[in-house]
Amino acid sequence: MKTFNIVIAGLGGQGIVKASDILADAAFRSGHDVKKAEVHGMSQRGGSVNTDIRYGEQVMSPMVPDGAADILLVMDASQIENNRYRLKPGGKLLTSDCLGSIEHGAPRTAAVAMLGVLSTSLDLGVPAWHAAIRAALPEQHHAANITAFDAGRAYARG
Amino acid sequence: MLLNGDEAIAWSALDNGFSLGVGYPGTPSTEVLETFGALGGRAQWAPNEKVALEVGLGAAFARARVMVTMKHVGLNVAADPLFTVAYTGVEGALVIVVADDPGMASSQNEQDSRRYAIAAGVPMLEPADSQQAYDCLARAVEISERWHTPVLLRITTRVSHSKSIVARRTFEPAPAPQYERKAAERVMVPGHARPAHRRLRVKLEAIRAWAEEDGNGTLLYAPLEGADTGLRGIIANGISTVLAREAAPNTAVLQVMMVHPLPEQAVRRFAAAHTQTYVVEEGDPVLWESCVLAGAAPVRNPPIYRFGEMSVARVTRLLAGETTPETPPPPGKPPQLCNGCPHRTAFEILRDRKAIVSGDIGCYTLGVMPPFQAIDTTVCMGASISAGLGLRHVLPEAEARRVVSVIGDSTFMHSGLTGIAEMLYNPPPTGHVVLILDNGTTAMTGMQEHPATGRDLMHGPAHKISIEATVKAMGVPNVVVLDHVANPQALNDTLDRAANEGGLWVIIARRPCLLAAAKIKQYDAANAVRN
Ligand SMILES: Cc1ncc(C[n+]2csc(CCOP(=O)(O)OP(=O)(O)O)c2C)c(N)n1
Ligand code: SF4
Repeated sequence: MKTFNIVIAGLGGQGIVKASDILADAAFRSGHDVKKAEVHGMSQRGGSVNTDIRYGEQVMSPMVPDGAADILLVMDASQIENNRYRLKPGGKLLTSDCLGSIEHGAPRTAAVAMLGVLSTSLDLGVPAWHAAIRAALPEQHHAANITAFDAGRAYARG
Repeated sequence: MLLNGDEAIAWSALDNGFSLGVGYPGTPSTEVLETFGALGGRAQWAPNEKVALEVGLGAAFARARVMVTMKHVGLNVAADPLFTVAYTGVEGALVIVVADDPGMASSQNEQDSRRYAIAAGVPMLEPADSQQAYDCLARAVEISERWHTPVLLRITTRVSHSKSIVARRTFEPAPAPQYERKAAERVMVPGHARPAHRRLRVKLEAIRAWAEEDGNGTLLYAPLEGADTGLRGIIANGISTVLAREAAPNTAVLQVMMVHPLPEQAVRRFAAAHTQTYVVEEGDPVLWESCVLAGAAPVRNPPIYRFGEMSVARVTRLLAGETTPETPPPPGKPPQLCNGCPHRTAFEILRDRKAIVSGDIGCYTLGVMPPFQAIDTTVCMGASISAGLGLRHVLPEAEARRVVSVIGDSTFMHSGLTGIAEMLYNPPPTGHVVLILDNGTTAMTGMQEHPATGRDLMHGPAHKISIEATVKAMGVPNVVVLDHVANPQALNDTLDRAANEGGLWVIIARRPCLLAAAKIKQYDAANAVRN
């Protein structure tokens, strides 16, 4: 299997790194080799954040080469243009525009709801996603995030 | 497990029975100790990297396994003990984990720590991913205990902060700490140091010979797809190994894990088997130079590749001998002080007063950005106070009076105290003003504790050093503590007084970091219950 490349971009404080951890873990739980890289400041809120997730049989570079992303998920409209070059020709751009139409797209679970949308383009099973969400978040947030994920997934399936 | 490089090192320290981890925060090294502490290891923040290394070498004299963590510039601070612990050697295992930041994702320079390994004569290992990071720590223990030498474990941002799969292993239990007096080895008077230096060089040759064995110092990767028609070979280290393997799947790659001392025969053998040998590395041409010295005659890379991080695309260009200018990626949104950050108020005031600000390193360095543009110099941790004194000493009086040194609380504990000593000992004619922005945490690197927060690495209770009592005890005549967010006028008035009256001033502007405040309350409440 070829390596599948996803880039998630947005601003600090939007839960991008958590989302990328969940995606990487879901791929790991599905038996893939996985690598994940991230670029972000450590503390201050509001700067650009982007993370690269790659999975397949054997992944070499943890960073998605420029112009090689199969999917680019952008959580903030201001971050679309500066990240577009990451996408491969014909790659898929997902933006958070649809969040308004997703029932559980509330700010705190927005990134996980978008993972639900993203999940319909990937071949990872729902149980792996759910397990990854539980592993990444404290228990009191499990229910809300799983609901958000499912809502995003249901929305994307139409 | 899916771990980043820092976490992998922490797990390995746990599995290898490390007695102690000590360091000072610094991106991208910080999570090593945080994770080790969270896993139940004994992990401590020292006031700075020099102290951390000295605590570490003491523990290793007592046969313990200990790791000392820091970012690349931290090794400058710890360089003094580094060079001489190379002579004394250790009884247990002393592993210095140093995280370089090629491309400067969050650093003030992109210096290459491999130079320190060579300069100090300390063996250095470098992993390419998290599994290797886990394994390299175990390897470092083996080398350190067998040859009684400190070992440097170098990681870079992309190894520290990239996650990949790690399988844990089981290791022999660690020996129990014990003390044996060996003054001739441990007391570095010249009469002891001369033979110690000779011993060091003998050790390094023995380690080099060990590293010649495939799997010890190098790893050979056959081409992933077919074979290279041009018979190229690539020698690489660290993250560049996987970048090269992806960029040139039909080329053999020799990964050098033992950066110093270089396994020269292995490198020569590899080079001899290929018509052209390329070196793929980030930073200074250290591997290239070592290969040249080994007689491997690799291709010399164009100078542009010494700047910034490598990527698959850059490796492809390098192999093609491409020297045309590279297109930088479109700029993202740079970091800024958070909305509501207490540093904002301080820099608004300094800007409006047209102060000449001798700045320091921390979140507050962002006071250089609009709308403040209120910092004039930033060099290294602690320099705000001393460089401010230098400015005061030589500037004409009217300008000298405008100079203010601005430093954070963690940075003050790291290297501000000696600056205060200098200020008291050699006061400028116009006096001086030091403004300590005390936000109660090491915010820049992700809210770590320090000796003036009253909490230890795991946020449990610890002695709290009072900054005001300390500078008063040192003899600073004017010490003012205020909350500049609740009362900006108080800061302005105090700065007025200091400018008009002259003399030596330390103003402590105390207001918690907005992002840390809630957590600090939680920790303190929990600690109050424990007491
Ligand atoms: C020698 C050295 N060690 C570590 C660092 C990483 N580092 C940069 S700023 C900083 C401390 C910032 O804390 P503080 O001074 O309290 O300022 P704040 O970020 O809280 O505003 C650290 C650890 C460094 N730049 N240099
Ligand atoms: S993390 Fe804290 S100190 Fe840093 S910019 Fe934000 S509020 Fe200010």
